[in-house]
Amino acid sequence: MSSPASTPGGRKRGRNTNPPTRKFPTLPPNEVDMSSPLMYGTPSSRIEGTPRSGVRGTPARQRPDLGSVRKAPQVDLHSEPPSADGAVASESNAGQRLVIWGTDVNVGTCKEKFQRFLQRFVDPTSTEDENAGLDLNEPLYMQKLEEVQFLLRNINVSPLVPQISSFDAELYRQLTCYPQEVIPTFDMAVNELFFERFPDSFLEYQIQVRPYNAVKTKSMRSLNPEDIDQLITISGMVIRTSQLIPEMQEAFFQCQVCAYSTRVEVDRGRIAEPAVCRHCNTTHSLALIHNRSVFSDKQMIKIQESPEDMPAGQTPHTTIVYAHNDLVDKVQPGDRVNITGIYRAVPMRVNPRQSNVKSVYKTHIDAIHFRKTDEKRLHGLDEEAEQKLFTEDRVQTLKELAAKPDVYERLSSALAPSIYEHEDIKKGILLQLFGGTRKDFSQTGRGNFRAEVNILLCGDPGTSKSQLLQYVYNLVPRGQYTSGKGSSAVGLTAYVMKDPETRQLVLQTGALVLSDNGICCIDEFDKMSDNTRSVLHEVMEQQTLSIAKAGIICQLNARTAVLAAANPVESQWNPKKTTIENIQLPHTLLSRFDLIFLMLDPQDEAYDRRLAHHLVSLYYQTEEQMEEEFLDMAVLKDYIAYARTYINPRLSEEASQALIEAYVDMRKIGSGRGMVSAYPRQLESLIRLAEAHAKVRFSEKVETIDVEEAKRLHREALKQSATDPRTGFVDISILTTGMSATARKRKEEVTQALKKLIQAKGKTPAMKYQQLLDDLRGQSETAITKELFDEALRALADEDYLTVTGKTVRLLA
Amino acid sequence: MPSTHDWINDPVGVVEGMFAASQSNPSSGWEARAVEFFKDRLKEKDAHTLVPSLNDIPMHYLKPNSLVKFRCFIQDMFDPEFYMGVYETVDPATQAKTLRCGKYKDVTECGVDFNSKNTVTAERQTFYCVPIPGENPWVKERYANSSQARVVPSTSYVPSRQKRSYEEDDDMDTQPQKQREAHAGPQSPTEHHGNGDCKRQETEAPSSQMTSASHLDLNFPLPGEKGPSCLVKVYEDWDSFKLNDMLEVYGILSVSPALSALADEKDASSNLLDPTESMETAEEQRVHCPPASLVPRLHMLYAKQLQHNNPLLPSAATSEDNSAFLASTLSEMPSVREELLAYLTHVLLGDALAAEYLILHLISNVYVRRDVLPLGKFTLNMSGCPTVASYTERLYQIIQQLVPSSHYLGMSLQNMNQIRLVPKKDYVANRLVSGALQLAKNTSLYLDETQLEQGQLDTTGVRNVTALGNLISWQKVDYDFNYHQMEFPCNINVLIASEGRSLLPSDCQIHLQTQVAPSHLEEYLSTMHMLSQASSQLNKFRIYLSVARLLDYSISDEVTKSVEDDFVDMRKDDPQSISAEDLHRMLVVARLLSLSQGQTSLSRDSWLRAKHIEALRRSRMEQHKCVNGNEP
Repeated sequence: MSSPASTPGGRKRGRNTNPPTRKFPTLPPNEVDMSSPLMYGTPSSRIEGTPRSGVRGTPARQRPDLGSVRKAPQVDLHSEPPSADGAVASESNAGQRLVIWGTDVNVGTCKEKFQRFLQRFVDPTSTEDENAGLDLNEPLYMQKLEEVQFLLRNINVSPLVPQISSFDAELYRQLTCYPQEVIPTFDMAVNELFFERFPDSFLEYQIQVRPYNAVKTKSMRSLNPEDIDQLITISGMVIRTSQLIPEMQEAFFQCQVCAYSTRVEVDRGRIAEPAVCRHCNTTHSLALIHNRSVFSDKQMIKIQESPEDMPAGQTPHTTIVYAHNDLVDKVQPGDRVNITGIYRAVPMRVNPRQSNVKSVYKTHIDAIHFRKTDEKRLHGLDEEAEQKLFTEDRVQTLKELAAKPDVYERLSSALAPSIYEHEDIKKGILLQLFGGTRKDFSQTGRGNFRAEVNILLCGDPGTSKSQLLQYVYNLVPRGQYTSGKGSSAVGLTAYVMKDPETRQLVLQTGALVLSDNGICCIDEFDKMSDNTRSVLHEVMEQQTLSIAKAGIICQLNARTAVLAAANPVESQWNPKKTTIENIQLPHTLLSRFDLIFLMLDPQDEAYDRRLAHHLVSLYYQTEEQMEEEFLDMAVLKDYIAYARTYINPRLSEEASQALIEAYVDMRKIGSGRGMVSAYPRQLESLIRLAEAHAKVRFSEKVETIDVEEAKRLHREALKQSATDPRTGFVDISILTTGMSATARKRKEEVTQALKKLIQAKGKTPAMKYQQLLDDLRGQSETAITKELFDEALRALADEDYLTVTGKTVRLLA
Repeated sequence: MPSTHDWINDPVGVVEGMFAASQSNPSSGWEARAVEFFKDRLKEKDAHTLVPSLNDIPMHYLKPNSLVKFRCFIQDMFDPEFYMGVYETVDPATQAKTLRCGKYKDVTECGVDFNSKNTVTAERQTFYCVPIPGENPWVKERYANSSQARVVPSTSYVPSRQKRSYEEDDDMDTQPQKQREAHAGPQSPTEHHGNGDCKRQETEAPSSQMTSASHLDLNFPLPGEKGPSCLVKVYEDWDSFKLNDMLEVYGILSVSPALSALADEKDASSNLLDPTESMETAEEQRVHCPPASLVPRLHMLYAKQLQHNNPLLPSAATSEDNSAFLASTLSEMPSVREELLAYLTHVLLGDALAAEYLILHLISNVYVRRDVLPLGKFTLNMSGCPTVASYTERLYQIIQQLVPSSHYLGMSLQNMNQIRLVPKKDYVANRLVSGALQLAKNTSLYLDETQLEQGQLDTTGVRNVTALGNLISWQKVDYDFNYHQMEFPCNINVLIASEGRSLLPSDCQIHLQTQVAPSHLEEYLSTMHMLSQASSQLNKFRIYLSVARLLDYSISDEVTKSVEDDFVDMRKDDPQSISAEDLHRMLVVARLLSLSQGQTSLSRDSWLRAKHIEALRRSRMEQHKCVNGNEP
């Protein structure tokens, strides 16, 4: 019996030339040092019988992730002497400097170093969620070991590779280059340490080390032959998982004649069936007993590149990952994961019947650790998961850009350069892209404060609203684009569906949930059914979605900013009507938008000229010319991502004062005319906008200039959308109650006039509708529209004064 | 240096020679030199015509391991693979070791020493290529005629190569058959042509290979396509290729039966023995390792990105050649345009304005994208098409004769509910299942909306209509990757023939005003003469349309100024009369109008003319609105 992993003696491989062909020389059994620490996962270490405490007593589980695929044929040590470096290293320093063949790993030193790491590593700045509840100033991993001891169950120790790297660079290098050798050494180290400290504890299995987050994080596309057999971390999306595959590790044979039994370890996917029974010398009498053989779990998982990592115009790559034992069924199709594992390449099987073979290797990754990146989507904050890695240079460029005094103008003009002007709208959208600071008031019972800015664009058809939405959708990583006409409430929120394979009910999330932490662009907002729109009420203020259907009751986070576009009801914007009348949206919904912009045709000559110039230049300028003028979209993307991740501005004292003043001013405007002109919601909007503006400047503090700009923008938007067409004043009640105060007053007057008119007519139980309208018109000095008249009639009907049936008006009582 | 004969017939020998020579001098960069060698050879005058083409020569006539070319379209990209770039073999008798080159090969020599430290692992990429979808018969024929490659049927060729069983025991066959029938109506114009006119050079070659290939589902974007598909192995710069690119690949043909043998044998026995290989599903196996006799492998030595697939134009090997050719045709363009206009007016039942717009449509091309906005597209909706005497199909036949690639999509309810328009990733087989909208650039897509009847669109139908709408407005197709969608920009000329206004968006709508009385229509159509296939006039048109698309275009400052002034003036008179969108359209019309006359910059006259025809078109629409009140 020989076990390739248990040969710590010399072995070598041509590291640079042919990584996949590693050599595992077969040593005669007596040469294998049975006490070698590298007797790892082989039958000899599976001591049967009564469990004792201590390292030797606890069975080690096999780690097929490290060495299950040993395809390299055996090499006769005697016919091919080991190459100079390996042999010299191991022979000259025999005993003292034993290294694993083909590597420079010395088992003893490596073990020592890792134990030191475990005992001493302290990370006071740790933000890992796994470390919750641990004292950050104590050695991290020792606490974890105590936890193991306390719970008496297996927790696999998962050191973060960067931690090792910062602790001991040499150890880190060895880990990434020779994971197959170093990780078992780590395992031994941790177990020895554990049983040293807690000699009396009993574990079902030995502790296993699963390092993760290799510094050398690769995108799937950049994997190349040099990465073979190294520890890598790649990110991707699970697209398919196979059934569980029991993989035989050890075959159990029993002699049919004398019942003598023997075990054969699977070697490179083959079982060497013993031809002769060693006990009774009968030939071909041994039969395989399946249920006494040892199997390990294995699963094939297919990973596909995440769409963000891909160059345009190419299809995503896929990679096969094998998960073993514990890791089986850890991930589901659709999960975004970071996988740490060993990259393998296996030559196609050599077939004795065939003279030539395909010259292609099969590649896969043996997973050591999975980490779901979207795990916390359903609960808590996940800023960290969003974290995008920026290079030093990039950060420098971004900071330089941020230091420019006109960065705000620059960025807003870089936004959708093909769309002309609408500076304020672009600025609004820019602030939306950055968003406010997230505040948590759940302690005081109010829950999260919305940090996202919602924007509604309304205006004439053909004013490139859709184009703006498309641009935003393309710019943000988690954007969704839907059209109000084509989306149902279900499509926006979530639906329950039966999984065809597992027949389980699964919750499929819709556009709003998918754009959590992103922007949901909704075109043709006005065409949405009322039912669908009602869903938005919750999302746009509470930022959650409550679902109760088919036995699933839950609340999903939908912290999405909404960018909506609506067309006026009468195809052309009617300047004589209010916003509400023009777009016919419920005011409850409108008040949830921080900014409502009108995109109107200004119909002014200077504007026309600039517009024409802009459009014509689109058609003749070359690509380069355009790029000179505007910021690159990629820079803009990074800028936003950086600010969203790292900048969390807080209000400064002056800014708070300025905000208070602004709010008081806003309320004052209306108070003179006896109406309320601002509500706390407007104040919240102002705060959000000011914070977003501070983010644009990469400033950790919200200052007065931020408040000034927020005020200006807010006023601009209000001026456009909340101006009462009858008086010309800005009237916030248009947006909050759906009707301007003057309009309400006017309605009241007309109703009274009508009532008087009817009373003056005396006892006529029924009147002609048209007649009444004409009479009223003749009496009143201001023009009375039919709508106004209808409203007045309705008001009187509500008072039970009269009823209207068809064209006749009847008095009641 | 090897002779012509050698480098076409035995490119492997050439490569191996260079490899052997490099062994004494390791830093010689033989790989780059090998590629350079073939590139130089192909640059020589007419050399590329000597290379036999997979497109027009049946595969069994081609010599394995010889240099061939393939005019193709990248339908799918597989995962990169690692292979033995250099390996060592051991002679079992003498134990002598030889170093060998594994590049441009699928299988190794016998006796590979897997433990040799001289082995070099290298990486290559595989593309799944199919013939250019919708390539019209005249293009194929013309390319075939221009080839000077002489092929001798290989001696091992036996006519009945395919076993009967392959064709018969396939129950699945009934399904695609049905589908094909569903398309039969709209497909017919193509079919008539394909079978009637396209004469293969080797007429005696039975097309058995082609028919049996269809059983394997070669994943052509368009239904009813024929031709070989190919797994192209790319050795360098694979990042520069994109999905849906048109390529002319020069490479070494590999049809080694060992490849198929490996695949067969795997099914038979060894699942238990090798857990890694049993992981691949049978479907995946079938897609990624189809029998080499049906889907040959092509090891790329050199590839040329095709700007167009018009055989009448120089293939743009060098830009100087091209510009000389452009200059020579430029002067003729106005006169050709007149002829084409007359011809199309005749075809469009005497409507000269519609003919004018049709020309503009045929030469339109997305020449740049400004963030999300594609510029230069000109989707034309030709409304008011007579529904009698299958006029729309006739019209398509005419267009088919003029453009290199085109596709007819009858928008019948059944079709819309059944056809797969958007490509979809099949994760079981790990491939991109093609859809009818996976088309090469500048393909003409002809949507026949007159086929639409009342009824209900199901989910697929709605999705298909949305996909068409996206294609028209943004020139992009969102491929379905199950867990997410991926956006692929495209450049497809969409022409919609409809009775009323189309339900799809369009850049420009023109209502056909026939000069022919409805009662005479039948008669008129029967006498409408089609230009004969090879007429020089037709060839002139074809060159004209392709050249107009390749021209550069600019607007001078003065003209810019006057355009701006015009716009301001027009708005001053009546702000409703012209919106920003109208200006967009007018600028596109002006651009296409100039190009159609062979002018590479906008002149004042062209601008006025563009304004004029736009005004004519709009007034026609107004009229039509009045006549037909229910038009939106």
